Amino acid sequence: MIALCAGPLALEPLIAAVRDDAHGAIVTFLGVTRATSNGDSRPVEALEYEAYPAMAQAEMEAIAAEAQRRFGPLRIAMLHRTGRVERGEPSVAIAVGTPHRPAAFAACAFAIDALKARVEIWKNECYADGASAWQPNAEAAP
Amino acid sequence: MHVRVLAFARLRELVGFGERRIACTSGATLDDLWGELARENAEVAALRPSTRFARNGVLAAGTTVLADGDEVALLPPVGGG
Repeated sequence: MIALCAGPLALEPLIAAVRDDAHGAIVTFLGVTRATSNGDSRPVEALEYEAYPAMAQAEMEAIAAEAQRRFGPLRIAMLHRTGRVERGEPSVAIAVGTPHRPAAFAACAFAIDALKARVEIWKNECYADGASAWQPNAEAAP
Repeated sequence: MHVRVLAFARLRELVGFGERRIACTSGATLDDLWGELARENAEVAALRPSTRFARNGVLAAGTTVLADGDEVALLPPVGGG
């Protein structure tokens, strides 16, 4: 289960997707819209995500394959929102299942770090005063 | 020949389209295409150092020569997560 999705995110389907009798550990990550931005003092009302679907999907699958090589055997599920995500709502969800917990923690951290650096998704911060601004990630490739 | 150009996020707003079919001369490169889009738009031109190109879904250098029917994407720094 690796995809962009336009509707609300929940962890349960991702956990179900990585569950395996051979796995003793499942680590999850949920990225949630904060009320404050790193780059701006205005309160954030919502984030609007835009993606290049073909490249974003391919890059998320490449990250999953890389996680498998580095930390596997594992199962990984990754969903990222598109469209408007209100403050407090999740924008990205990741679950990783592995036989033992160190690999699950490491692979989940790797996956969210790589996603923020590499996947062709952009976010527009929408502020309470009606203004908005595109905010790149600090870890984005130049 | 023609290419299909996709622009995203801040670049989409500045060039004024998300997707457009654009005519190019034979032998034109990605840098040539960018030059056309940036020629009379200083805000677009200023974003060249932070912009990456993709050709048919794969990251490509500015020196890449375009072919008829290519899908070109103009990619600002990503902001997912």
